[in-house]
Amino acid sequence: MKNNTWTIFKKECARFFGDRTMLMTTVVMPGLLIYIIYSFMGDNFMQPTEDDSQATVYVENMPETLRPVVEALPFNLVTDGFDGETLKSDLVLKDSDFAYMVFPEGFDSLVANYNPAGGLPAPNVLIYHNSASEKSRMAYDLLCGVLNQWEDSMTNRFDINASSDAGEVFDLAKDEDIVGDLFSELIPMLLLLMAFSGCMSIAPPSIAGEKERGTIATLLVTPLKRNELALGKVLSLSLFALLSGMSSFLGMMLSLPKLIHADEMGLSANIYTFSDYGMLLLLILCTVLVLTAISSIISAKAKSVKAASSVMAPLMLVVMLVGMMPMMTGTEVSSNAMFLIPIYNSVQSMSMVFAREVTLIPVVITVAANIVYSVLGVWVLTKLLNSEKVMFSK
Amino acid sequence: MEEILRVEHLCKTFELSRKQQKIEGTTRTKTVAVNDVSFSAYKGEIFGLLGPNGAGKTTTLRMLATLIAPDSGNAFINGCSVVAEPEKVRAQIGFLTSELKLEDFFTPNYLFDFFSQLYGIDPNVVAERKRKLFSRFGIEKFAEVKVANLSTGMKQKVSLVVSLVHDPDFIIFDEPTNGLDVLTARTVTDYLQELRSEGKTIILSTHIFSLVERLCDRVGIIIDGQMTHCDTLQGICAGQSLEDRFFEIYKEKKGETA
Repeated sequence: MKNNTWTIFKKECARFFGDRTMLMTTVVMPGLLIYIIYSFMGDNFMQPTEDDSQATVYVENMPETLRPVVEALPFNLVTDGFDGETLKSDLVLKDSDFAYMVFPEGFDSLVANYNPAGGLPAPNVLIYHNSASEKSRMAYDLLCGVLNQWEDSMTNRFDINASSDAGEVFDLAKDEDIVGDLFSELIPMLLLLMAFSGCMSIAPPSIAGEKERGTIATLLVTPLKRNELALGKVLSLSLFALLSGMSSFLGMMLSLPKLIHADEMGLSANIYTFSDYGMLLLLILCTVLVLTAISSIISAKAKSVKAASSVMAPLMLVVMLVGMMPMMTGTEVSSNAMFLIPIYNSVQSMSMVFAREVTLIPVVITVAANIVYSVLGVWVLTKLLNSEKVMFSK
Repeated sequence: MEEILRVEHLCKTFELSRKQQKIEGTTRTKTVAVNDVSFSAYKGEIFGLLGPNGAGKTTTLRMLATLIAPDSGNAFINGCSVVAEPEKVRAQIGFLTSELKLEDFFTPNYLFDFFSQLYGIDPNVVAERKRKLFSRFGIEKFAEVKVANLSTGMKQKVSLVVSLVHDPDFIIFDEPTNGLDVLTARTVTDYLQELRSEGKTIILSTHIFSLVERLCDRVGIIIDGQMTHCDTLQGICAGQSLEDRFFEIYKEKKGETA
């Protein structure tokens, strides 16, 4: 009877892996869906539109000084033979693909003679556009940019990083650090959320569900010790949560480069060493144990699967908030004692691994603390399984 | 006669929820389910706990099965205390009630093996015992069908067999024929007699007089959590039918037949 934990573990596995629907919804679908959705978003939403026909820009009173600059822009330029009022009324339409720019007459001389200290209003350029039309809006943005730049060049007193156009590099950050920073803020939270959502979909049916269906009582009349049952449940549920989380994570990691067009940005995730991955795995494992223990306790306390799920939903927000800590506070942690706080310690440690700033002590504290919390969790779950009030109250 | 079960002054109270208080029209926060119940059961007999619904039969049996703990008092099964050695007690008893369900997802075959493992039974013994029990109850035909797809009668048979995987000497049945069709009910009661002839001790609770008359060697009558009478069937009936005698006792206890 010593291997009852193993017997329970095997039964849970037979249940989980034997149920094709459960396997599909908790392991296959999350990863697959994330991959498909992110890839689709990357391919379609983040790319400029395929339609490469150019916008038209109508210009009234085009000043000679600006003509070469405006002509160099990727627009169909029209400088005469149109009626301004008609254009303005046409611009109301959502699919209008043009902008209409009006310079005051004698713009060049007005600008040359304008005294900023004189208190009179500066010469005013009007650009009519429709911000609901992508082309019209882009034409407007580009025109504004060009005009502002031109204005700056007239009063130029100094430049910043002027030689960067000539290829000199001023941002001296290494690409690895850019990737590391990006990953350290985002990935720990995503990992945590996915592991927790795995727990959310697996723990309530397995514990609250067994209670609700009366199948746990059948186990409780056997000589099976309550701690063996608790441990068997937590270990097996951790495995499933890990699989579910891994599936989401894989889906995300495989589609993320597509989503952010990492190849075009010249970024690569191949910056981590074997020991980084080892530490990460260890951190994920102990985190999943803690999350499963928490979810199991909630599920054991709850009267039904529905009740358990509704308690866990707001908890998800808390986990998300803790997951966002590295974004808000960076990877700096005031004292090593902070690594005793569950969930927070996992996020910060993982964040440090991703930022490549990891040291051994915080990781050791995190892993050890989380193992202690998991053992405590199993102990609490054992108490709950032993409590007739919790197990049999209707 | 060898005493297998000794129940000593078992007491159990439950807290009443607001809803229950309303239903019962009371402001009491507690209700006494079992009040100082003592009795013994001997090897090779069927002992019947007879009483109306809510009298405390199920609560008594659940305390014997160690699912719930008594507030005070104790019970010993083969000398093992339900309070101090619940795991030892559980290893020796078979407990069957409609409240204990089997997981829908698994087949009778898998469940038999699974529960046998929990009782730590040698795999060779398991195979032989499974063959015997499955053929006795006609389970072979649906041994590989998931519990979810079985009829109520089939499920009950599987539950019965699963509660006996470890061939216990002491068997507790709570309302063994409740919800069963006549054929399955007959199979179950026949089997109970077979078990008795093998020298096993069986405690069952019921409110069906004919079942007690047909099966039980001794009877305990529970009314309002108290065991008012405990004797052999003949001793209790004293020449009357069990039903007539029960209502006489009930009247004495309650002052009227409600």
